[in-house]
Amino acid sequence: MINRIRDSIAEAIACVADGDTLMCGGFGSSGVAFNLMDALLDHGARDLTIVANNAGVGETGIARLLAENRVAKVICSYPRSPGSVWFERRYEENAIELELVPQGTLAERIRAAGAGLGGFYTPTGYGTALAEGKRTEIIDGVGHVFETPLSADVALLKAERADRWGNLVYYKTARNFNPIMATAARTVIAEVSAVVALGDIDPEQVVTPGIFVDHVIETEQAVA
Amino acid sequence: MNRLTPEQVAARCAADIPDGAYVNLGIGMPTEVANHVPADREVIYHSENGVLGFGAAPAPGEEDPQLINASKQHITMRPGGSFFHHADSFGMMRGGHIDISVLGAYQVAANGDLANWSTGSETYPPAVGGAMDLVVGAKQLFAITRHTLKDGTPKIVERCSYPLTGAGVVSRIYTDLAVIAVTDAGLQVIELLAGNDFDTVQNVTDAPLMAPDTARRAQG
Repeated sequence: MINRIRDSIAEAIACVADGDTLMCGGFGSSGVAFNLMDALLDHGARDLTIVANNAGVGETGIARLLAENRVAKVICSYPRSPGSVWFERRYEENAIELELVPQGTLAERIRAAGAGLGGFYTPTGYGTALAEGKRTEIIDGVGHVFETPLSADVALLKAERADRWGNLVYYKTARNFNPIMATAARTVIAEVSAVVALGDIDPEQVVTPGIFVDHVIETEQAVA
Repeated sequence: MNRLTPEQVAARCAADIPDGAYVNLGIGMPTEVANHVPADREVIYHSENGVLGFGAAPAPGEEDPQLINASKQHITMRPGGSFFHHADSFGMMRGGHIDISVLGAYQVAANGDLANWSTGSETYPPAVGGAMDLVVGAKQLFAITRHTLKDGTPKIVERCSYPLTGAGVVSRIYTDLAVIAVTDAGLQVIELLAGNDFDTVQNVTDAPLMAPDTARRAQG
């Protein structure tokens, strides 16, 4: 019998190793697997590379990992937000590496990795500092930049509901990067607000088919 | 010199958004534009974090922390709205499906170059977000900004000194002093705002402006 539901959060994240690249779903504080990230602190992993849209605010999520010196590198589009104190401090100290990626290119690099593609040409960033050193091509008269796929060892996702096959549905703008990150990591862990019986999710409504998901943990964190 | 408030600049920009448009509003002052589009126009707003068709801010106490816009502010949904993941959201931009993008600016140059992601500082982190995708994908790009920094340094310039977000991408500039069109001939003032005369605005602009009446004269 297939059962992706795990009894404990420690069991769900046991696979994370020092030096891993982690994809963390979320945009701002919506759609962030805060419980998985908290568990990661107890787990002890360090020298992590974090792939996410933002770099955390306040004392939660990625910001907490930065505060505890668990992060070696951040690959993101928008690290600076009101309250991104820990990222700014580590950046100013030159204690972390930043790879800044335009948001759509970040999404598409993740999607390309998940879809087994070797990269793609995008007009985004052509002629700017973020395209320096990259292969370029003029396609139909428009400058394009070649971008490579971006994969990870582990993805930490937030979804609303799951069944024991790992099928996921999301909640409002908490969807954001989660469905594409589900496709691009070797091990995918989803924190969900509710586990439902197999068959309770209408197949027409499944956003992430369970084929992409390895571990599901039900948490008490409410969606709203 | 009189200046419009940020709300007044947003309202002036909103007046130029037509019925039926798909519009993406950037972080900061652009977000304010949605509050001023005339009620008789049906405008569909897109936010990069995967939402189309959102409406006004929720009433106090009605906020849903998982329902936000690009500025991370709480929003509400209108009937007909939809959610989608990030790759689809940016496909909408790059694929040319967004009619108007309204973005903030560090600097806008006379040739339509936009700088709004990096100050080039070694210690102050850069942040690009979706700006580079919007400038290549949206059919029209409106920049909305104060005309100068607080110390008077011009933000409308002959050439950007900050790293570019996109080259030749801005079509219109809305400031607290003027509405300016970026044309092949240079910066054409469409409207002087807050009762300022042309020379006053030109004096705080680091690029030659064409006065509003020259456009009318050229058209005969």
